[in-house]
Amino acid sequence: MRKIDFISSSTPLFLVMVLFILAIASWLFAGTALNRAMIELLVRVVLVVSIYIFVGNSGIVSFGHVGFMAIGAYAMAWQTMLPLLKKNAMPGLPEFLLTGNLPFPIALLFSAMLAGLVGLLLGTVILRLPSIAASICTFAFLMIVHSVYSNWGSVTGGTSSIVGIPTKVNLWVAFSGAAICVIMAGLYQLTRYGLALKCTREEEIAARAAGIDIFRQRLIAFVLSATLMGFGGALYAAFLGAIYIDAFYLSQTTMLLAMLVVGGMSSLTGAVGGVVVISLLTYVLRGLERGVQLGPQTIALPSGTQEVVLGVVMIVALVSSRSGIFGTRELGEIANRFRARGAIWARFQPSND
Amino acid sequence: MMGYFSQTVIDALSWGGLYALAALGIGLLYGVLRVINFAHGDFITVGAFSLIVPSTQATAQLALGALPAPLLIIGTLLVVTLVALLSDLLVFRPLRGATPSTIMIASFALGYVIQNIVLLLYSSRPKAVDLWPELNEAFGFAGLRIPQLQIWTVTVAALLMVALTVFLKASSYGIEMRAASEDLRMARLLGVRANRVIALAVALSGALAGAVSLIIATQSGVVSYQMGGPVMLFAFIGTIIGGMGSLVGSALGGFAVGFSSVILQAYLPDDIRPFRDAILFALVILILVIRPQGLILVKTMRERV
Repeated sequence: MRKIDFISSSTPLFLVMVLFILAIASWLFAGTALNRAMIELLVRVVLVVSIYIFVGNSGIVSFGHVGFMAIGAYAMAWQTMLPLLKKNAMPGLPEFLLTGNLPFPIALLFSAMLAGLVGLLLGTVILRLPSIAASICTFAFLMIVHSVYSNWGSVTGGTSSIVGIPTKVNLWVAFSGAAICVIMAGLYQLTRYGLALKCTREEEIAARAAGIDIFRQRLIAFVLSATLMGFGGALYAAFLGAIYIDAFYLSQTTMLLAMLVVGGMSSLTGAVGGVVVISLLTYVLRGLERGVQLGPQTIALPSGTQEVVLGVVMIVALVSSRSGIFGTRELGEIANRFRARGAIWARFQPSND
Repeated sequence: MMGYFSQTVIDALSWGGLYALAALGIGLLYGVLRVINFAHGDFITVGAFSLIVPSTQATAQLALGALPAPLLIIGTLLVVTLVALLSDLLVFRPLRGATPSTIMIASFALGYVIQNIVLLLYSSRPKAVDLWPELNEAFGFAGLRIPQLQIWTVTVAALLMVALTVFLKASSYGIEMRAASEDLRMARLLGVRANRVIALAVALSGALAGAVSLIIATQSGVVSYQMGGPVMLFAFIGTIIGGMGSLVGSALGGFAVGFSSVILQAYLPDDIRPFRDAILFALVILILVIRPQGLILVKTMRERV
């Protein structure tokens, strides 16, 4: 029993180590472009792991998490941009935001809290529904956020971009964010709340019979997940320095879901692995869309190929192995299984004495 | 004032009919297959784009749209039906028996793929399609000016619904389909051929999407690669309100959503009108809190132990 505890609790540490090695490698060897890609990857780890906390553990798909990301990102812009820029782009902000200018870490915290609060409100309402209806309502939430933020011009700049968010996210800030997120997700899975929620995912009726308050467990995960999603969105804004509402819509949702699905929806290892695999894929495809020098002429894929390939990869991943590369398994368990297999094998070896 | 009201009601009726058709397409697939089809909106997009020749120009050249009306209608419905059947073959059939979440994500990805293929072929520019312009001419009636198309929309929607009801109640295929939507396993044991019924449901759902795309293309005169999304979402919300899995419920729910969206559009104060969709969705979520099982409860939808 103690051994299992050790192994499942070491999974997030393994994952953080892998990310650390990737970050170090990129810090030592990569040029600026690759370095930026690495930061983007780490921010995506934050986002996908946040989605995983709810979707992976509850088994309910959310198409609306990018809405929380948008809320976090815009909150970051509201808090950290120079007052002069804010007065220009978003004159409708309340006085304390217009004149003030908060330091980055505090702004991160508030952004996450705002998203969490919205998550609490939304979750209280929709998580009482059957899971399929709840999924569709999350999609409606995404559309609500998109429609409100693109029409509320005085506060969000409407559909045009907001430029001039101080870029505070470097490689190590992004890595710390990803590490915090992975560890929180890992710890959550080990709490009774995480275990109870996983139980409802596997067998809703049995879970209810065992006295689990399904609504409450789902809500806890949803709020935690929304909070971290807001945190990720804020990091994203402070990494790019410029945001626009269309960046928080279907393409972003598809990208993040693809990352979650390809690695395996129900495993933290899968979530992180999926981010790495899909990031690599899109990096290559983006390069191919820009064009490759082949002898005298450049060959380029038509733009839009990236999206089509991403969708197809997602479908193929779902059809070929319904639960993704990792299924419900975690890195620790896989290592453990190999060890166990070795031990059994050793027992059958002829002994020499 | 009275005139504005009646005009709004007629408008609301026609949009209600449109969303009822879209919701029926979604409800049919969910009822028989338990497939939440997030690609339904993109089926609608495909139908509208089949009217024009693939190109990146802003002024569109008509492809199917150049045919005489009967051929045009049959052609469009056929294209969408084929896309739907192909989707079933490549995506939904391999996933039969998978969890609803998996199917939902797969259909979401499918919609994304279709949308971006349309984008690749036609570019992201919205294109003007001048299909049956004479239908947008208004004719006067008792002091109201009603575009003919709205009357057509209501009539077509009503006719299709009657036809579908007759088909489902009276024909043997329809009865098999209803049996399958009640309980697929039991129906199979009683000799209903599952794959045939499923293919039929998929084809019908595709044809309904085709009809919706024709109506929208005529009404707005513009097609864009993202046009299907909002229609689909409204329709989805309609099927949820109607109690998922009930066909009558889907149609009613879709109608209610379309109807109220027009009423809201007409009577909301100017400064909050842009937030119409947000308000509508909020209303819907409120309804669901009061009646989580939807307006019409389908007995078999409750999970059995």
